[in-house]
Amino acid sequence: MSDANLTDGPITTADGTSLKKSLRLALRRQKIRALLLIAPLFLFILLTFIAPIFDMLVRSVENQSVPETIPRTIDALEAWEAGAGAPPDEQVFEAFYTDFALAVGYKTHTKLGARLNYESSGLSSLFRSTGRKVGKFDTDAYADAFVEADPAFEDPAAWATWMAGAATRQALPLTADTYDAWATMLMDTKGKLAAETEIPDFVTTALYRDLANGSRPADMPDVNVSGWEPVSLAGQFAGANKGWADPQVWAIIKTYGSSYTPGYFLNAADLQLTPEGISQRPENQRIYVRLFIRTIVLSVVITGTCILLGYPVAYLLANLPLRSANVLMILVLLPFWTSLLVRTSAWKVLLQNQGVINDVLVWIGIVADDNRLELINNATGTIIAMTHILLPFMILPLFSVMKTISPSYVRAAKSMGANDWTAFWRIYFPNSVPGIGAGSILVFILSIGYYITPELVGGTKGVFISNRIAYHISSSLNWGLAAALGTLLLVLVMALYWVYDRIVGIDNVKLGG
Amino acid sequence: MAKLPPYASPAQRAWHYGYRTITGLIFFFLIAPILVIIPLSFNAQDFFTFTPAMLQLDPEGYSLKHYRDFFGNSDWQLALRNSLKIAPVATLISVSLGTLAAIGLSQSHVPGRRLIMAVMISPMIVPLIISATGMYFFYSNPYIPTPFGKLEIPITLTGTYTGVVLSHAALGIPFVIITVTATLVGFDRSLTRAAAMMGADPVTTFFRVQMPLILPGVISGALFAFITSFDEVVVVLFVGSAQQKTLPWQMFIGLREQISPTILAVATLLVAISVLLLITVELLRRRSERLRGLTPG
Repeated sequence: MSDANLTDGPITTADGTSLKKSLRLALRRQKIRALLLIAPLFLFILLTFIAPIFDMLVRSVENQSVPETIPRTIDALEAWEAGAGAPPDEQVFEAFYTDFALAVGYKTHTKLGARLNYESSGLSSLFRSTGRKVGKFDTDAYADAFVEADPAFEDPAAWATWMAGAATRQALPLTADTYDAWATMLMDTKGKLAAETEIPDFVTTALYRDLANGSRPADMPDVNVSGWEPVSLAGQFAGANKGWADPQVWAIIKTYGSSYTPGYFLNAADLQLTPEGISQRPENQRIYVRLFIRTIVLSVVITGTCILLGYPVAYLLANLPLRSANVLMILVLLPFWTSLLVRTSAWKVLLQNQGVINDVLVWIGIVADDNRLELINNATGTIIAMTHILLPFMILPLFSVMKTISPSYVRAAKSMGANDWTAFWRIYFPNSVPGIGAGSILVFILSIGYYITPELVGGTKGVFISNRIAYHISSSLNWGLAAALGTLLLVLVMALYWVYDRIVGIDNVKLGG
Repeated sequence: MAKLPPYASPAQRAWHYGYRTITGLIFFFLIAPILVIIPLSFNAQDFFTFTPAMLQLDPEGYSLKHYRDFFGNSDWQLALRNSLKIAPVATLISVSLGTLAAIGLSQSHVPGRRLIMAVMISPMIVPLIISATGMYFFYSNPYIPTPFGKLEIPITLTGTYTGVVLSHAALGIPFVIITVTATLVGFDRSLTRAAAMMGADPVTTFFRVQMPLILPGVISGALFAFITSFDEVVVVLFVGSAQQKTLPWQMFIGLREQISPTILAVATLLVAISVLLLITVELLRRRSERLRGLTPG
């Protein structure tokens, strides 16, 4: 290859393409290969882990059950002023009658009651008791009157024919809507055809309302309803349960009528969404702020005791000869590798009223036999057990930072006349602060989300916010609130990790020393 | 620190021994709770403390009855079987996917490496209770979120073996990623190039050259993933049902409801397993450091 060839044009590879291009091609191929290797795991994590977290975030604001169960009522409530102090007008009750009767058919009215019960207790029983009575309302008077006017109104097949006609549907919008919803409900829940099922009262009520509004469908028997005695649905509902006359109930339904709600988050902060705006919950219902504060305070105390106990150990390990340090390191790593349940059960056994620690204290004579220490099922139990469980997470980062502090610093300080304490406090300690920072954040993050240990040794006074989340998932079934509490905890942990990343770097996370 | 110099003052002497005593007590605090359950598990009585017979080292005071109970009780046996069925499969998934991804991540040009890394180690960062909450919601009714709405997947994973295995695999992945990438940092890339130059295809290169060298990292990652699944209780409590109960689940329920001394026997067995795992991981770590020339000898 001559010099002229090189300087003449762009540099080329053996097959004649320009070097720049073929390098870029190779680079791209390399990138694609790397991504292809990563892709399976990335998709796996997305589906098994990220999607669930995302689902939880969505659930913390999701409120579909109210607008999906009673859509007509929510629409009708638009015009109602909650502040006026009066229950809504008849139109809302008519819409609610249809919604509620359908919900009873789907058996979702109890779910809706349970949902609204989170916001105001008593609503669950209101919905349940009304669900038993809604089929027996006096609206059967309409049905009787229709059948009296024309027996065809008793025939489901005739109804099906009417409801299939476009002109009728246009003339009777309420009836068509109600009839369709009812037919769908029948199909979905019982697999029955509307054309073969007795027409329920709420459909005939809808027809009455359409006709009373002045509609005159062409292909239906003409019925003049103007002389009929109207049945007050507000009265019917109030008769089934006095609660429906209470404007407060309707205010709650209206407030929680949208598809997304900040309600769960407000609840998690001991606030509530009322028709008048956001306000504090009553004194006896404020638990979450206190629980968050307790979680943070206990985590700080645990972190503090971990520093107190971990620092001397890490210092000893970092300054001993390698061989003896390795042996002592096993004493730190063994608890680290031992099952969390094993360590928790050990503490549960040791700290009991009749357990080993109390027995020893009684035997020595520090504690009277009838006055044994209460070490478990309170905050003390949580602090002791969690300090033990998290201590290795403090010692290991401290140790790795202290390993890097050169002993010549302290020697230099001493040679310049510092005594032992000054040399430690002014020279060694400041150098070890990054280790304290790393260990503290790690311990704090781990402790703030702990569930198992507080649950087993914490009693009622030593439980964390995680225990409340678990309670809402498995016992109270208020999943939205559990999701909101979880989201708040997640935000807190993420913020701390951001700090941790700034100080230590996530990539520097090491395992087992 | 190491040795007390002969010229030390009485105060220094006192501090030296005082300091040793303090650290000794802290080591005692770390290790004693684990050790104390071992003799207690051989208690002949159903007590959680040392009986007078035990203190006098009377053989009558000791027995294997709690171990017999563990091996004879169908609840505990189901839990043991489940643990042994779930952890290895979850480990296999995390290790195979995790090792591939770690090799991908260690290439020199990976677009968006930080983000990918953050996503992959997130199961270790997010508190377990939050992971469990999310998985409980999502696995009961999984869907693929799209901009147009939810694309529902018509299966239920809660209360199934598959669901528990998938969730445990997700939790184990960060450990595999971290240990394997750490091993790959010291991997000499010219070795694979040499293999390729001598005519080996990528698959052969991987299994004959790269894999044997990073194997210690892969195995310790696998052990971490295994112990994560084997010890895990929060997620299995939410995602699993009584049919999938594992040893930690059974221990948790036992500790919460009616605490029985059988738990101590199980705990002792688990401590033995941890000791074995600890020794293996330490040996592997030393071997890999020696191979990479980080520590002489």
